[in-house]
Amino acid sequence: MNSNFKNLLPYVFYQIINKEEIITIFKEDLLFVINFLKMHFSYQYELLTSISGIDFLGLTYRFGIVYDFLSLRFNTRLRVKIYVNEISTVNSITSIFINANWWEREVWDMFGIYFNNHPGLRRILTDYGFESFPLRKDFPLSGYIDLRYDSFKKKIIVEPLELSQSFRTFTFESQW
Amino acid sequence: MILKKYETSYKLQNFTINFGPQHPAAHGVLRLILELEGEVVVRADPHIGLLHRGTEKLIEHKTYLQALPYFDRLDYVSMMAQEHTFSLAVEKIGQIKIAPRVQYIRILFCEITRILNHLLAVGCHAMDVGAMTPFLWVFEEREKLMEFYERVSGARMHAAYIRPGGISADLPLGLLDDIYTFSTQFMYRLIEMEEMLTTNRIWKERLIDVGVVTLEDAIQWGFSGVMLRSTGLAWDLRKTQSYEGYENFNFDIPVGNSGDCYDRYQIRVEEMRQSLRIINDVLNKLSYNTSCNLNSQTIEIKTFMESIIHHFKFCTEGTILPYGETYTATEAPKGEFGVYLISNNTEKPYRCKIKAPGFGHLQALNYMCKDHMIADVVTIIGTQDIVFGEVDR
Repeated sequence: MNSNFKNLLPYVFYQIINKEEIITIFKEDLLFVINFLKMHFSYQYELLTSISGIDFLGLTYRFGIVYDFLSLRFNTRLRVKIYVNEISTVNSITSIFINANWWEREVWDMFGIYFNNHPGLRRILTDYGFESFPLRKDFPLSGYIDLRYDSFKKKIIVEPLELSQSFRTFTFESQW
Repeated sequence: MILKKYETSYKLQNFTINFGPQHPAAHGVLRLILELEGEVVVRADPHIGLLHRGTEKLIEHKTYLQALPYFDRLDYVSMMAQEHTFSLAVEKIGQIKIAPRVQYIRILFCEITRILNHLLAVGCHAMDVGAMTPFLWVFEEREKLMEFYERVSGARMHAAYIRPGGISADLPLGLLDDIYTFSTQFMYRLIEMEEMLTTNRIWKERLIDVGVVTLEDAIQWGFSGVMLRSTGLAWDLRKTQSYEGYENFNFDIPVGNSGDCYDRYQIRVEEMRQSLRIINDVLNKLSYNTSCNLNSQTIEIKTFMESIIHHFKFCTEGTILPYGETYTATEAPKGEFGVYLISNNTEKPYRCKIKAPGFGHLQALNYMCKDHMIADVVTIIGTQDIVFGEVDR
């Protein structure tokens, strides 16, 4: 990235990890920074590759949202990270990048982060009528409900999950 | 008596149909709600998630080696390409170097995977549009390639061959000769298949000027791979952001100029030819198999107790990667397949986000299907090369 951005962008951290550039910004500056990165002549990050959510269970700012950009003109990638807590909402960038639509829907569906001004924020990957947000760390791996076909009632029923043996994780205090 | 002509006003409503989850031409489970005005599509709303298997959540509970077979099953027609991306991501975080021979073998199988994928894409696209024969011919070629997969890994489809750190086992004897035999006759099979389709009047009428994408719109919608190259931009991650030694090979990138389905079909066929060129190159560069060398590590394991214990810990617990994160993308046959991996100094990934090219392409289905008819919707879904394993994960 052009090194002049230190004067132009309101960033919090700038890191280079494994030869990849990552900037962390406040969520209030999101629309300004994204628009800047797309429109400015020396940056031209015109392709939004993906939007991911991360759950850091235990931190005050529990969720991270990561935007990956690609500049075709300069052949570079950039990652933009913001951190939000459970109750705050994020501005949607669909007004700048139209393909953020489904990526933000997926983050809403999997983590429960609401995006303002999104043209249709509904579930995308989970079942119709599914409750709770699966990719959060406090959602168990096997889920809460059991959906099965009952041959007596001849229909699909929803029951609370009962497992005879829980998923075992092997974590020991010492390495040996 | 004067008869008055009453003007009745009709209230017209668009007809909404369900291009249902079970449909032979929907390329998997796609529930597409189409709003139609007569035969012309006004709006298309894809509902996905019918094949959602919770891959990302499951990967968080598995070690890196155990998580590898999930990647096979994402895009289940081009298996080793996804394994390759995950392996590259893990190697980047762990700063693991790969031997040149392993790199050549990986490139060989990535190109075989590319041919596998494009054969299915073109064949199934042709069958959806109506041509039944290329589908069967193409699957015969796929059988020959899956035999190579089986020889090298044991499984015809989900090989789990390209692993973080290298590959699971060296090539068996005689495989390279058989790949050479395949490549000598594959050119003629491609010509046969092209003879059925490329100059066919009906094929051209169904495909030319259908699903036209302009370059600005392709970038706006985040296209990658063949969809982006059909608009005129020569963007191929194997050339622009070279990985795994692709810079040592000579191959061309086919580029379209009108961005319609016919261009994408021709680009896929031409990419198969270029993949064949790379395969022949790799066959020349790979030396004959030497006998298995017992290196010092193997001797240690067989003689010292501590080595056995270390080996046991590595096998059961898995390798521990240092803190780090990476977004690694490769040119999978369908587009840019990316893995965003975050590790937290344990043997399991903290977060593994999978960026599938089909997810971004399917988003643009509404844009591409505007003012086309229902039959063209089928053509457009086929040309976007959608496989629901990677879209839904």
